[in-house]
Amino acid sequence: MLKLVDLNVHYGGIHALRGVDMEIPDGKIISLIGANGAGKSTTLKAIIGLVAKSAGSVEFDGKDITKMDTINIVKSGIILCPEGRRVFPDLTVSENLLIGAYTRKDKDAIKKDKAWVYELFPRLLEREWQMAGTLSGGEQQMLAVGRALMGRPKLLMMDEPSLGLAPLIVKSIFEIIKEINRSGVNVLLIEQNAKAALEISDYAYVLETGKVVLQGPGKELIVNEKVRSAYLGEAKNK
Amino acid sequence: MSAKKKNICTIIALIALGVFLVIVEQTTTESSMMRSVLQLSAIYALAAVSMNLLNGFTGLFSLGHAGFMAIGAYVFAIITIPVSKKGNVYYLYGVNDILANVELQPVLALIIAGVVAAALAALIGAPVLRLKSDYFAIATLGFAEIVRIVVASSPLNTITNGSLGLKSIPGFGSFYFPFIVVVVCIAIIILLINSTYGRAFKAIREDEIAAEAMGINLASHKQMSFITSSFFAGISGALMAMYLGAITSTTFPITLTYNILLIVVIGGMGSVTGSIVAAFLVTFAKEWWLRFLDQEMIIGTFQVPFLRTGFRMVVFSIILMLVVLFWRKGLMGQKEFSWDGLVRTLKKIGGIFTGKNRKPSASEGGGASE
Repeated sequence: MLKLVDLNVHYGGIHALRGVDMEIPDGKIISLIGANGAGKSTTLKAIIGLVAKSAGSVEFDGKDITKMDTINIVKSGIILCPEGRRVFPDLTVSENLLIGAYTRKDKDAIKKDKAWVYELFPRLLEREWQMAGTLSGGEQQMLAVGRALMGRPKLLMMDEPSLGLAPLIVKSIFEIIKEINRSGVNVLLIEQNAKAALEISDYAYVLETGKVVLQGPGKELIVNEKVRSAYLGEAKNK
Repeated sequence: MSAKKKNICTIIALIALGVFLVIVEQTTTESSMMRSVLQLSAIYALAAVSMNLLNGFTGLFSLGHAGFMAIGAYVFAIITIPVSKKGNVYYLYGVNDILANVELQPVLALIIAGVVAAALAALIGAPVLRLKSDYFAIATLGFAEIVRIVVASSPLNTITNGSLGLKSIPGFGSFYFPFIVVVVCIAIIILLINSTYGRAFKAIREDEIAAEAMGINLASHKQMSFITSSFFAGISGALMAMYLGAITSTTFPITLTYNILLIVVIGGMGSVTGSIVAAFLVTFAKEWWLRFLDQEMIIGTFQVPFLRTGFRMVVFSIILMLVVLFWRKGLMGQKEFSWDGLVRTLKKIGGIFTGKNRKPSASEGGGASE
C-alpha cells in the first residue's frame, strides 16, 4: 500500500529523518512510536508533502508520489489528521466536515459519508450547528477525525489523536480507530501513548533520532524489554 | 421562528426598503442630501463587501482597495466620456487616437472596468500573495499608491489626462441605477461565499496548514479571492466615478482605503450584512449627521471649542480606535443578520429596561439592524 524507502528530511541544517524505511500493508493499523523529536510528525508531513524530502522515495498504491504536491496526494487517498486537532474554530461542525470533503465532487456520496461520521460520533450530530471552537477537546478530536474521514481516505494518518484528552475519551477514540480500520481504511498512527497504540496496532515501528530502530507486530513490541524501558516506563519496577 | 415565517419577514423587509427608495425618489429633489448620501452609501457598501471578502473571509489583510477602485473609475471614465465632449476634457494634451471615438454603454463599461481591475489583481497577485499578513498589507498599500502616481504621470496624459483628471463622466441617469448594480454585485459575492469556494476561503482564514492538509490549493484560492474582490472594487470605483462626474488621481487616496476598512471593521470582519449596515451608518454619519462638527458653533457668547473644519475626521479616527480597542467584533462579528438574532437582541434590549434579563453582553451582536 504505502512504502517509504530511505526517506530523508532536512530542516535547514538539522537532519530530521535519516533514511526511514517503512511499509504499510493493506487493511492494517500501523503505529509509529518514539520520543519527542524522533521524527514521527515529520515522517507524516513528508509523506503528504507538507515538508520537502531531501532524499528517498514514497510509493503509494504502486505509484511514485515522492514529487507530487499535497493537493494531489490528498486526492489520491492519503489524508492527514493533524496534530493538535486544528479544526477550523469559526466554522460550524457541519462546515468543518464539508471542508474535509473538499477534493470530492460526488455530492450524494458526501451526504452519505457525513451521515456515517455522525453515526460514528453522535456527539457531533448534536453539535452540528455549533462553532467548532466552542467544542470540548475530545469533541474537537472527534471532529478532526470525522473531517479526515470525509475525504474518503485509503490511508488515514493520525498525528497524536490522544493528545491532551481525558483517559476515558482516549479509550473511545482508540475504539473508533479500530472501527474505522474495520471499515476498510488503513491507519497510520503516531502516538506518545505507546501502550494504547501498540495494543491496537498490527505492526509498529519505533523511531529514534530520525531512524527506525525497532519494528515488529504490536503485541510483540509491547513485551519487548527495550520498548518497555524506553516508552512504557515499566522495566525498572519489575 | 419557522423558516416560512423568516422568508416572509425577509420579503417584507426587502419590499419596505424598495418602497422607501421609491418614496425618496418621489419626494426629494435631484440634488437633495438624502438621495446623494443614499447612493454614496450603496457604493461604499459594495466597496466594503468586496474588501470584506478578502480581509474578513479569506484572512488576507489587503490595503490596496483604493488602487483597484481608481483603476475601475479611470477605465470607466476613459471609455464612457461622450465623444462630443472629449475635446473639451482633453483640451490640454489632446486625446489618444484609439480612444477618440470610443463611447460605451455604462453597464458594459462597468463590467470592463471590473475586468481590468481583476486582470491587474491577477498580475500582481502571483508575487504579492506569497507574502504573509503585514507584508501583504504593505505590498498592497504600495500598489495602490503606485496606481495613483502612474495614473497622474505625464506619459499617460493622452489617456488619463494626467493630473487634470477626467470630467464629463456620464451620471447614473436613474436614481435606482447604483442600487440595482450594488444589489446584483453583493448577491453574487454572497453566492460565492456560501459556495464550496467560500467555505475553502474561510478554512484558509482559520488555519492555512490544516486547510492545505484537507487538499485545498492555497495559492489558487487566495488568487481567486483577490481577483474577485478586485473585480468588485473596480466596479465600485466605476460607480464612484459616475457618482462624482469628475475624477482625478487624488480622488482615490490611501484614506479612502481606510474609510472602507473602518466600515468593514465597524460592521464586523467576516459579515456581509455587517458591512452593508455599517456602510450606511458610517456614510450617513460622516456625510450628514456629523457635519456640524466641521462648523464653528456659538451658543450665546460661548464658542464651543474644537469645532472647526476637519474635526469630523478626528472624531472618526477616535471612533475607529475605540472600536478596535473595545469592540473588535464590530456590529455583527462574523455572524450574518438573522431574524432569530434580531429577536434575541430585541429581547436583550427589553431586558435592560425591565431588568428581568441577566446582564446583557454588548459584544454578542446577533442581529443589529438598520
